[in-house]
Amino acid sequence: MNPDVGHGIVDCDIHLVVPSIEVLLPYLNDHWRAYIRETSFKGPIDTSYPRGAATSGYPQTDRPDGAIPGSDIAQTRAEVLDAWGTEYGILTCAYAVESVRNPFAAAALAAAVNDWQLREWLDREPRLRGSVVVPSQDPELAAREIDRVGDHPAFVQVYLPVRSEALYGTRRYYPIHEAALRHDLAIGIHFGGQPGNPPTAVGWPSHYVEEYVGMAHVFQSQLIGLVTEGVFDRFPALRVVLIEGGVSWLPSLMWRLDKEWKGLRREVPWVRRLPSAYIREHVRLTMQPLDAPPDPARLLEVIDHLGSEDLLMFATDFPHRHSDGRPDALLHGLPEPLKRKITRENARAFYALP
Amino acid sequence: MKHVVASVDEIPPGGRKIVEVAGRSVGVFNLEGEFFALRNSCPHQGGELCRGPLSGWVSSRGPGDYDYSRPGEILRCPWHGWEFDIKTGQSWFDPRRVRVRSYEVFVEVSAPPEDDAAGAVEGPEKGPYVAETYPVSVERRSVVVDVPS
Repeated sequence: MNPDVGHGIVDCDIHLVVPSIEVLLPYLNDHWRAYIRETSFKGPIDTSYPRGAATSGYPQTDRPDGAIPGSDIAQTRAEVLDAWGTEYGILTCAYAVESVRNPFAAAALAAAVNDWQLREWLDREPRLRGSVVVPSQDPELAAREIDRVGDHPAFVQVYLPVRSEALYGTRRYYPIHEAALRHDLAIGIHFGGQPGNPPTAVGWPSHYVEEYVGMAHVFQSQLIGLVTEGVFDRFPALRVVLIEGGVSWLPSLMWRLDKEWKGLRREVPWVRRLPSAYIREHVRLTMQPLDAPPDPARLLEVIDHLGSEDLLMFATDFPHRHSDGRPDALLHGLPEPLKRKITRENARAFYALP
Repeated sequence: MKHVVASVDEIPPGGRKIVEVAGRSVGVFNLEGEFFALRNSCPHQGGELCRGPLSGWVSSRGPGDYDYSRPGEILRCPWHGWEFDIKTGQSWFDPRRVRVRSYEVFVEVSAPPEDDAAGAVEGPEKGPYVAETYPVSVERRSVVVDVPS
């Protein structure tokens, strides 16, 4: 437990890693087991955090037995839940089923991940909550999977990779938003994704650092789309959390959106309030990584610019490493009531945790 | 002070004329036979408001639903596209800002577009600004604008 955050935090981003397709085989039917065996398919790979890259894990998370951090419940218990005094931890699983071009195979893999997650993790650890993995490239099949498992009380959100074939605000994704609402689930939009199109709007970058840092603009595009395409008008109860996307770009985006809405609102007349009002009502952000000024005291200015103390939610992002410091170093020096909101109350309210 | 600014025939329905009156630029509009005058200066940042496009009000019940009403009554500033009601000078869009310039408005503010009067649609709310308006009358086939001197 860390003295800066105390006991009972809510950790909104703990990675769940499928160590190999072998663990999913018991949750796949005979057809897909044969298909995987006959094609030597090794499963989709999340290249957002390549194994061994500096950002992919703290050195101390490396295991002598070679187990992949995030794939072993004993390690997650010891190094995250117990170590941090966590009351609730939200699992996020970046198994890149959106990269599988056969949508039925993608749906079968997503279902297997969800059943494995339920059986091996959520049923065994009451502090954990889950994110439903879906074949997001096929919103109808994704909705079917949400309907299949969405009523399990341990699932609190639908996991969508921020990189997608199209903006989540567009009509083709309505089935996913509708299904999430049917089961009272949030939409968790997370760093990464392998949809097949480039990770920047101007094509393929040459280096990992370009994709890693540039992901903030993908989050911005998704957020602009959700607001202006009218998703929050169409689905007034929809809750969206942007996970691992940074924070400090949001004030300037809200200023610009509000300003331009005044002259361009005729084009999107369903946007009936200031865009920033929709964002503050419907959207939350996890706080790791934090693209913050070097002086922690200046972080208060960023939060002031956000116009609300309710938007930020603490996350360790275990096992990823975004800086040399511990994730809670970001909170050092914040006023106690604000710290409590960020580490506990905002997430409890957003996810309606008991 | 009353000023004759045009003959009725000069400004046909849907038309406008921009005139100099008492040292200020004023736009005179003919809306289906009724005349309205606004100061040709946007209260936002001073753009030439009365040279902007005239259109209707667009409201919506949700994505893909466009309800076009009050054709020809909404003037958009050519600088930033803010929308003003030519009958009252009221801007309609911004629910938050409260800084309303205290121009005297001679015509009562009309009800918001019909959707909202019926309670079917949330907003719009009045914007922060009211463009200065002047009473207009027609005397012996002349358009007369009453601008305080």
